[in-house]
Amino acid sequence: MIIGLSHYLIVSAIIFSIGLVGVLRRRNLLMLFFATEVMLNAVNIAFAAISHYYNDLTGQMFAFFIIAIAASEVAVGLGILIVLYKKYGSLDLDDLATMRG
Amino acid sequence: MYEIVAFYLFSALTIGLFSITVLSKNVLYAMTALASGMVLISGFFFLLGADFLGVVQLIVYVGAVIALYAFAMMFFDATRDIKEKNTNSALVFFLGGMSALVLVLMFAAPIFSENIQALYPMHEGVGNAQDVGIVLFTKYLVPFEVAALMLLVAMISGIMLAGKKMDQSLTEDVSADDEIMTVKDEK
Repeated sequence: MIIGLSHYLIVSAIIFSIGLVGVLRRRNLLMLFFATEVMLNAVNIAFAAISHYYNDLTGQMFAFFIIAIAASEVAVGLGILIVLYKKYGSLDLDDLATMRG
Repeated sequence: MYEIVAFYLFSALTIGLFSITVLSKNVLYAMTALASGMVLISGFFFLLGADFLGVVQLIVYVGAVIALYAFAMMFFDATRDIKEKNTNSALVFFLGGMSALVLVLMFAAPIFSENIQALYPMHEGVGNAQDVGIVLFTKYLVPFEVAALMLLVAMISGIMLAGKKMDQSLTEDVSADDEIMTVKDEK
């Protein structure tokens, strides 16, 4: 048996689903960030696998830019989390919901 | 044979570790599982022949992003378990799985078409890092520079957001600081 493209895509899909379940289920902002990282990593696996099996470098390029975007997202997001924690003393989304419609 | 064993080992471990990340109640456990899962994902990249991407994954994700999370963890109370009220988690699991499946099918559909041609094909006998460098600095130079600018903006905004009121303690009581100050003044 040879590991093909679909193997990698299935693993990537499973990891992406784990991340999506985390985004839907968690109520803590830090945990939401973790779940986002999981989803970004799943997409990176898919890009690298497609790049390998189609013998094309474009997938790897996109993976690099995703990593750069994830790094800057974490930098800004953690700054915002620290400000929120200073202001409210909690990172729970239910505590932070101040705009009641 | 070696590739098959490595692939299944990496996938089982990665899925398990990321499940811990998503389902754990303790922030420290979640962060540790995330870090080790990212190391294993770089193993996937090495398996796929994307050496440079694997190294970047190790340096940027495991080195920088997780270290940043660890630093931010000092501001939050990491030892306390997170209490969340979950409303009907079985429904959330079902909806999450179904919507992920729909997304994956949506994005995977064009892959199975036949007329995909390599835009920037890999060269035989050239290392992956060299190949990536040539394409990155010729075809993707403008996005590369824009990404550098974006990282600069993110760095400045991170410093600005986190650096305000750094002299105030978050976790300890303010009165403790006042006591220290009064003791100093009396001396």
